[in-house]
Amino acid sequence: MTVERTAPRAKPRRAATKKTTTAAARKRPPRPEMVQLLTPEGERVEHPDYALETTPGQLRGLYRDMVLTRRFDAEATALERGGERGRGPSLRGQEAAEIGSGRAVRDVDYVFPTSGEHGVAWCRGVEPTLLLGMFRGVNHGGWDPNSNNFHLYTIVIGSQALHATGYAMGVAKDGSDSAVVAYFGDGASSQGDVAEAFTFAAVYNAPVVFFCQNNQWAISEPTERQSRVPLYQRAAGYGFPGVRVDGNDVLAVLAVTRAAAEHVRTGQGPMLVEAYTYRMGAHTTSDDPTRYRRDEELEVWEAKDPILRLRRCLEREDAADEAFFADLERESDTMARRVREAIRTMPDPDGMAIFEHTYADGHTLVDEERAGYAAYLAGFADHGAGHGHEGV
Amino acid sequence: MAAERMAMAKALNSSLRKALESDPKVLVMGEDVGKLGGVFRITDGLQKDFGEDRVIDTPLAESGIIGTAIGLALRGYRPIAEIQFDGFVYPAYDQIVTQLAKMHARSLGKVKLPVVVRIPFGGGIGAVEHHSESPEALFAHVAGLKIVAPGNPADAYWMLQQAIECDDPVIFFEPKARYWDKGEVDTAGIPGPLHAAKVVRPGTDLTLVAYGPTVKTALAAAVAAEEDGVSLEVIDLRSVSPIDFDTLQWSVEKTGRLVVAHEAPVFFGAGAEVAARITERCFYHLQAPVLRVGGFHAPYPPARLEEEYLPGLDRVLECVDRALAY
Repeated sequence: MTVERTAPRAKPRRAATKKTTTAAARKRPPRPEMVQLLTPEGERVEHPDYALETTPGQLRGLYRDMVLTRRFDAEATALERGGERGRGPSLRGQEAAEIGSGRAVRDVDYVFPTSGEHGVAWCRGVEPTLLLGMFRGVNHGGWDPNSNNFHLYTIVIGSQALHATGYAMGVAKDGSDSAVVAYFGDGASSQGDVAEAFTFAAVYNAPVVFFCQNNQWAISEPTERQSRVPLYQRAAGYGFPGVRVDGNDVLAVLAVTRAAAEHVRTGQGPMLVEAYTYRMGAHTTSDDPTRYRRDEELEVWEAKDPILRLRRCLEREDAADEAFFADLERESDTMARRVREAIRTMPDPDGMAIFEHTYADGHTLVDEERAGYAAYLAGFADHGAGHGHEGV
Repeated sequence: MAAERMAMAKALNSSLRKALESDPKVLVMGEDVGKLGGVFRITDGLQKDFGEDRVIDTPLAESGIIGTAIGLALRGYRPIAEIQFDGFVYPAYDQIVTQLAKMHARSLGKVKLPVVVRIPFGGGIGAVEHHSESPEALFAHVAGLKIVAPGNPADAYWMLQQAIECDDPVIFFEPKARYWDKGEVDTAGIPGPLHAAKVVRPGTDLTLVAYGPTVKTALAAAVAAEEDGVSLEVIDLRSVSPIDFDTLQWSVEKTGRLVVAHEAPVFFGAGAEVAARITERCFYHLQAPVLRVGGFHAPYPPARLEEEYLPGLDRVLECVDRALAY
């Protein structure tokens, strides 16, 4: 298998062979190839640029990450249907893209997620129940971005690509070797902010990996509505490498993202990774995929399921026994119970919290409104009619 | 260094230089701010002295400038971003309103974004479209932002220092028509609070409030009115968010009349907010309704018509007369 023309080298020194590869690549049919290290049947395949050594323990770890991520997502969706939380995106089918990339970066690296990178959050060590506060409606983001180097979820599409790029510009100024990862989706690739992020990152040689999860659908719009060229090829126009990886192959995503992070942290400028994957569920519970995509398409992708694929590999390589799978199922059930319990018992914030944190250095209008609202509430207390605000 | 007479442009340049000298985390970024020194030369010589790493020429993409400034602030820097002209800020409006203003609250206070967005604003320079606007109300409506506009060189120097030191995002509107007006700047002095309004000319008959470019007009109006035996108290608002209503109230309780002058369209402008709040606070002291004079509800006109559109001396005085006639 030859590598795509714009794909990076895992080891920069091998660039000497690039010329012949490029010439060969030009003769190949235009259909892009993806980096793959594990077939849907769970069989290992080799790739000349992305070798990955794994121990059975590491394989089991990745499998556990993906299973727990899917369970968390399912539980969150169920709570939504049960009215315990508001709308949020589902990542079912994208666990390999999340976990492979999430496990490829180091603690000192910094991640800028979209609004649904639960799997990456898990890899960063963010307490899962904290992710649900914003969907429960008790906050807009309940974790400290700097405690896990995992920024808050960004809901407006693509904005975070610029924040990641600016952060990476700062990393470069500091002389640090951290890598920065900006997550976004196929829909976001149409956003001006993503294009501007590519421009800024390229001209400042910023150490940022643009990690695009192309899950084929931006709610109801297919990727063809976003781009005439494969998304990874966009990078070439900005002057940095882009590579497409099988986003349902956790080993390939791990290897490619690891190489991309190494590429950016060694001063070679930004890189784009397109993880080619599939959103198996609805975008959110208010979405209805039967209106725009066929069942057969889902069946094709179900056969490429990232979790099933790694399970087949584990079995094929005798890397896990029945006890492992049984234990994992119990762990998964326990986590699901904990998430359910946490979200159901999540207290509503105090009403006066509205006035907190609008400004770091204060603002007289906020002070005035806070005092006015407190007086308003106190009026109810005086008359013994609390409206749930007793004691305020 | 004691007081020195200098133009507002020089005062702003000195202020940026001081900030770059005293805090290694301060960055200046924007289109043409480096080698050229900015289209108004406000950043003149800074890149030469502080290097391309700290005085950064950016690609021509306003959303990118603000979006990356946010990222740099998240990394611990204090970026001062220049938007070249008022009418060019709108590509960055989403990043300012949706991200810059709200990230501190979104993080429950864990993230601070000490970003200053410098915008030359206002008209009167005979420019083509999009170079003469006053969009401050569009930002004042957004919680999480602070909005200030100096009216003289000394305030330009000190208010920029204070904006850079502030841990909140500050939109810093510079009255471009006043860039070359000179005034005393005491760089060794002690400034008052950033968001305090200032009485720049005491008076007894009517309070005339202005900020940015209209402060000069208001002072000229007070001189003209004095010849007619009318004593105007001129207040430089200096800050549009928050607004120092206490100072306005104190003045209006004394004069009983209030006129607000700004270049921005009167409709939903800062003057509307001042009128509503002061009417509430000073209802029994007012002898006339609060009146406003400013831009019309029309796109900023071609340069040959801008004198008609802007609240110049005659229109301000006419408005003062109407308030006095009640």
